[in-house]
This record gives sequence, C-alpha cells and structure tokens, in this order.
Amino acid sequence: MRRALLALVLLLPTFAQGEEIVLGLSQDAVAITANFDGSNLLIFGAIKRDAPIPDTGPLGVIIAVAGPDQPVSVRRKAQRYGIWVNTDVVEVDAAPSFYAVASSAPIRDVLRDVEDLRYSITLPRAIRSVGARVTDSQQFTDALIRIRAGSDLYQVLEGAVDVEQETLFRAAIALPANLTEGDYETRIFLTRNGTVIDEYDTIIAVNKVGVERWLFDLSREQTYLYGALSLVLAGLAGWAASAAFAALRR
Amino acid sequence: MQIYLPIAEVSVNFSLIFGLGGLVGVLSGMFGVGGGFLITPLLFLVGIPPSVAVATSANQIVASSVSGLLSHIKRRGVDFAMGWILLIGGIAGSGIGVIIFNRLKALGQVDLLVSLCYVVFLGIVGGLMLIESLRALRRARRSGGMGERRKHNWVHSLPFKVKFRVSGLYISVIPPILVGLLVGILAAIMGVGGGFIMVPAMIYILGMPTKVVIGTSLFQIIFVAAFTTMLHAVTNQTVDMILALVLLLGGVIGAQFGTRIGARMKAEQLRILLALLVLGVCGKLALDLLLEPSELYSIATEGKN
Repeated sequence: MRRALLALVLLLPTFAQGEEIVLGLSQDAVAITANFDGSNLLIFGAIKRDAPIPDTGPLGVIIAVAGPDQPVSVRRKAQRYGIWVNTDVVEVDAAPSFYAVASSAPIRDVLRDVEDLRYSITLPRAIRSVGARVTDSQQFTDALIRIRAGSDLYQVLEGAVDVEQETLFRAAIALPANLTEGDYETRIFLTRNGTVIDEYDTIIAVNKVGVERWLFDLSREQTYLYGALSLVLAGLAGWAASAAFAALRR
Repeated sequence: MQIYLPIAEVSVNFSLIFGLGGLVGVLSGMFGVGGGFLITPLLFLVGIPPSVAVATSANQIVASSVSGLLSHIKRRGVDFAMGWILLIGGIAGSGIGVIIFNRLKALGQVDLLVSLCYVVFLGIVGGLMLIESLRALRRARRSGGMGERRKHNWVHSLPFKVKFRVSGLYISVIPPILVGLLVGILAAIMGVGGGFIMVPAMIYILGMPTKVVIGTSLFQIIFVAAFTTMLHAVTNQTVDMILALVLLLGGVIGAQFGTRIGARMKAEQLRILLALLVLGVCGKLALDLLLEPSELYSIATEGKN
C-alpha cells in the first residue's frame, strides 16, 4: 500500500515539488435569511513548503467557486413574418448556477490551456465540460455566459487574488443576492509556470434558513396546505384593509 | 430594504414591490380588473422568473379583489346572482383553457401564442371601449347628462330568462354562462383573472350598468384567481408567499384608494381611462414582438419552469 502510494507520488512529478495549499475561509456556510442581499466570501490561505521557494517559473493562484449545476435552455429569437419569435433552442445539460474564477494574474499567464482542459477551470470550459451536446453551440454558450455575467452570476476576476511573498494569498468574492441553494464547490489551484502543482477542494454550503427554509419546504412537501395558506393570507389581508379603511373613515 | 424571496430565489427591493402592488391595487379598485395583465409583465421587468410571476400575481389578485369587493358590497354594487352564473361558466372555461394550454405547450411556441393573444384581445377590447365611451361621453354632453336606454338585442330573445334585480335586467342565463366560459378559457391561456375582458363583455353584451359591473367582476375574479393559485401551488410549486404578501400589502391599500377614486368619477371617464390603459399595455407588447430585441438570446432553467 505504502509502496503504491510512493509510486503514485513519483508518477506525478507536478505534485512532488513540495508546495501545498493551506486554506482558510471567512465562512464555510452561507445562510440565506429573509433580508439576504448577497454575501462577501473571503478566501485566504498560505503555501506550505518543506524547501526554499523553487525558481521553476512564476507562481500562480487560481480560485474557482461553482454553484450547483442546472440544466439550462438557451433560446434565440429570429424574425418570422415580421415578428420576433424564439426559433432555435440549445439545451445545456448542466451549467453552474454560479461561477466565479479569481486568479493572481491574467488567467493566460498562470494557466496553460492543457491544464485548463484537464481541470475545467475557466468559464467556457466549466460549462462545456459537463457535456453540452450541441451543434453551433458556441454562440449559445457565449450568450449564456454574457447574460449570467450581466447579473453577476458568472464572474471572471483576473488579478483579484493577492499573493504576498509567494506564500500568503487572499481573495474576496462577492456572492450576489440571487443565489441558488446548494453546495458551492470551491477549488484552489496552485500553479508554477502555468502547470497545476497542487489543488485544494472544499465545499461552501449555501442554505435558506428560518422562514425562508420553512416556506420553501412547505411549498414542496405540503402543496395543498401551502396553496390554501396563501389564499387564506390573501383573503385576510383583503378583509383587513377594507375594515381598516372603513374604520378610518368613521 | 432588500428581501429574499424563497421560491423565486431572487432578492428584491421591498418598496419597489410594495409600490407595484399599490399601483395595481388602485387600478383594481377603480376598474374592477384584477390587474394580472399589468402586474405579470411588471414582475418580469423586476427580474422575477416568469412562472413565479404568473402564479404569484394570481394570489395577489385574490387579496386586492377581496378588498375591493367588500367596499362594493357596502355600496350595493355587486349582483351576486349574475356573479354565480358567470362563475359557473368561468370555472368550466378555465378547465378547458388549461387543457388547450397544455396541448399548445406540447406543440411549442406557447410564449408567442400568449403574447399574440394579449395583443389581439387587449387591442380589440381597448379599441372598442375607447370608441364607445368617447361616443357616449359626447352624447351625454349633448343631451344634458341623460344616458340612452339600453337597446334590446339578440341577448334578450333567448329562453331561460332570469330576473337580475341588482342589475335591473331580465335576460336568459345562456349569455352570462357563455361569457363566463369564454373569459375562463382566455384567462387560463393568458394567465390572468380576465377582468379586462369580463368588464366590457358585461357592459356591452349583457347590458349591465357600469356601477354593478365592477363589483360583480371582482366577485367572479376572486374565485377564478383562487382556483388558478391553487393549481399553480399544487402542480408547479411556483407561488411565492413572501412576494405575494408584499404585493398584496400594497395592493389592498391601493384597492381602497382605487374604489374611492372610481366612485367619484363618471362611468364614461372610467371606461375611457381603462381603455387607454388596456391599449397602452397592448402597444407595449406589440412593440416587443415587432422591434428587434437588444438581446436575442434568453435563458431558462428547467427547475424554475
């Protein structure tokens, strides 16, 4: 067993350079409360080494935070008989509901294409990697990225990771208010010369709490009760307003 | 103040949603329309997913209609007999409408059909109302405020005649049931309460006096909207109670102001305003179909549809 592990380590020269990520998170869970309007995620850590800083090329740190995957349909409009209608549709099997990728320098400088392909780090790769089986999908994926980037759901933060003396790093990622619940997979990559030498994975749990949690569960599990409750509330509110105004006039 | 909506999964500004609810409430109280044809597109603009917007506005319509109805009952502005008969047709109609809707969904392009439905019906209803009420206003001015007597048309020569005392009508039950049925079908397809079709149909086809029309329409809308809310809550789970609460807080207050404004205005003026409003929404939707959109692509997540 130990010999097999040793062989594995030797087979993976990139991981054998003795540089490792030690991570800290400002929070490992995000609670969506009734007045939730986004959250700031602080990710910080250090690079642990046994030997002096090697000089095998520039160091890079890349942080990728991905929300739960969802199937998405992307539709395109075209003019038919003088009116604009949806004509083409591309079903993306799974696209992350949120994706932020922060890097210590422009992504091209700290990550090789081959490595990107292997780890699916950049935005187009993260979407395509999950198997969108489409022809002419490029424009549709671009549109998906453009629209989601417009509402801060997809973020490319080049240079947002501060690296101090090749040892300490930190980055702040703003989570927008329209978050989807689920486990947010957070991956931190350490690169030398564009090659990944260490990867650290962790999960940030995003969950509704309190009233939000209760209402959401009720709406899924007790559909009739939820519907009836909505109607009772509506009826009561209508009656209360009418009664209040009648009292005011008197 | 921001609030997070648990079902829509977006965060919205409290005062904005409250204001939207209030605005639609005023219109609801004034004209006896549920306001669904207004609030649903407005919610899209704020960034609420369409399916949640449609379902939740139905819930909100229940609240503002109850609030408005209670004021109308006090002023004896509700013809319950007529309301029940319209309702029978209406519920049957929305059942048929839901079936048609699902058939069309299977064929695709249901969005387009809904938009076209809006443009065509809002256009026809708004246009006819505007022309008629302008004519009535001119006539009323000439003859010193006396409205003309209602004409006898085919509606009055059908069997199963019933006396509707509040409306002062003695007509067959067939036309009201047909009107209810037609409105129910359209309402289910277009995802609205149907007040904007119901009100003119009651005035022009059934010949009901405008004073009674609004209360009776509200009465009928409550049930249709409640039915729709329940349907959405059970099948799609898209009713957002928090969103509905904020909307209806604004809505019920707005409806009270609306009823008072409506009571002070002349029936013809009220009709002209409603016609202009309907035409305005129609024009906006028509432009959306005709002009090239700035973003040709749109995304929809399966989970929220």
